[in-house]
Amino acid sequence: MTEKTLRKGNEALAEGAIRAGARFFAGYPITPQNEVPEYMSAYMADAGGAFVQAESEVAAINMVYGAAATGTRSMTSSSSPGISLKQEGITYLASADLPCLIVNVMRGGPGLGSINGAQGDYFQATRGGGNGDYRVIVLAPNSVEELGNFPKLGFELAEKYRMPCMILADGILGQMMESMSFNFDPIDPNTLGKLDWAVDIEKNGRPKRKVFSYKGDSLIADVLERAKRYGLMEKTEARWEERNTEDCDVLLVAYGLSSRACLEAVNKAKEEGLKVGLFRPITLWPFPSKRLNELAQKTKAVLTVEQSLGQLVQDVKLAVDGAAPVYLNAYPAGGQPDGNSILTAVKSCLNGGKEGLFDLQEHAGDFAYSCERDASLGMQGDCKGGK
Amino acid sequence: MYQGIRIAGFGGQGVVSAGILLAQAGVEDKKNASWLPSYGPEMRGGTANCSVVVTDGEVYTPIVSAPDTVIVMNEPSLPKFEPLLKKGGVLILNSSLINSRPTRTDIQTVCVPCNQIAEDLGMARIANLVALGAFIKITGAVSLQSVADAMKKVYKRAKPEMLELNKKALQAGYDFVK
Repeated sequence: MTEKTLRKGNEALAEGAIRAGARFFAGYPITPQNEVPEYMSAYMADAGGAFVQAESEVAAINMVYGAAATGTRSMTSSSSPGISLKQEGITYLASADLPCLIVNVMRGGPGLGSINGAQGDYFQATRGGGNGDYRVIVLAPNSVEELGNFPKLGFELAEKYRMPCMILADGILGQMMESMSFNFDPIDPNTLGKLDWAVDIEKNGRPKRKVFSYKGDSLIADVLERAKRYGLMEKTEARWEERNTEDCDVLLVAYGLSSRACLEAVNKAKEEGLKVGLFRPITLWPFPSKRLNELAQKTKAVLTVEQSLGQLVQDVKLAVDGAAPVYLNAYPAGGQPDGNSILTAVKSCLNGGKEGLFDLQEHAGDFAYSCERDASLGMQGDCKGGK
Repeated sequence: MYQGIRIAGFGGQGVVSAGILLAQAGVEDKKNASWLPSYGPEMRGGTANCSVVVTDGEVYTPIVSAPDTVIVMNEPSLPKFEPLLKKGGVLILNSSLINSRPTRTDIQTVCVPCNQIAEDLGMARIANLVALGAFIKITGAVSLQSVADAMKKVYKRAKPEMLELNKKALQAGYDFVK
């Protein structure tokens, strides 16, 4: 272990990626991930790689598509609206079985949203924001240290299973500074050896290699073949962290920054004599369902804490599968959880209260909505307008 | 020990840089530390602030919503950050630029004429370090020496005489608090 240094999340991630052997980066500026391309522009060339500020997010992901086909450790980074633009490229990367690293430093949404940190892109990341049946490995760091060390893990998983990997961080993790250290020595990608499918200059009579996004024979067979890797990953690659889970009445489930606020709640609860544990998924896909189900069997309630409007909770409910009641403590659109507000929700889980627990239909209450039309103005698209 | 701090003032008063220095000093002291700027659409001459956590244990969220200590360097920051302070928390107030006084009675207020002290040392720009010195004296969250060590890392390109002046400002703030 090297000595701990104070680093900004985005910079730790960029440095971690270069250390992990990333040699191609294409991106387009957007807050709150700007320090990533900024760092790459300063240091990627020194590492012998290429940095491209693309003309758009769409161009950047397609540059990664091309670079990844050569077996180069390639990556892009962006924030929520920019990641939406990249979805077409991501589904093509998945269909061509290409490994790459995509970083999403999430901000508030939908649409342009805000530049505050948020977790609203959970569905997009884990369900595949692009079209078709595909999965993306999703890693969720909760500290600057993990931001720095996950690029290596991400590239390794992506190459092992030949699929894109996404690091799902948020604006606060990206912008904060924290003491951290790298848990690996810098990797020279030239020493890793060439991947046996990667396209390069043909020599010594070796057969030509081709990378296709559509192989042309049977799409059904291709998708089912790829799905075997997905299944294998679900069985073997789920990662998580547990705190105080062995004997708890309420099990908190949270990833990323919200898991840190949960830790504060766990400790505050202990002071008050309440038994609260924390289950933190590190891989959001594959989701650590099996272990979560085992823990849910032993607890009175499961409380999901997320900075979104009930996204993670769906995976939690699928995993818990009725073993315990599942509640939601939600902080959407840039809202930030803290230990006290989580603790309030914990108490509601235990005493049947409602404070701090979010339910979409209860949220609507007796709200009624009707769409009014003004007939005097004519129909939309009537160029002559009304009377 | 878990010390959550908010430092607030005008953009240009060095509140963000004082925060980095404090976090780095925490690291020098082998503690865990975090720093988070307010990175919204800020403007020059507007208010700036940052959150710092220094702790022996784990840093929870880096957003300090209920600080143990608040350092306010200008008038508009006082009404904004006084209400956030924990009960019994410490408010360090730059009395050179702030005429108002806090209304809360459940907090400890320490008035430090940061700009006056800095100007006496020959440079108004180092008022942030005067405030930081006062903070160290009151809370003991980090040591004076660790801040001096941190300066070499945070202000990498600073001239030696500038570092000396910074240290003097730190010491002056430290000594001002009795």
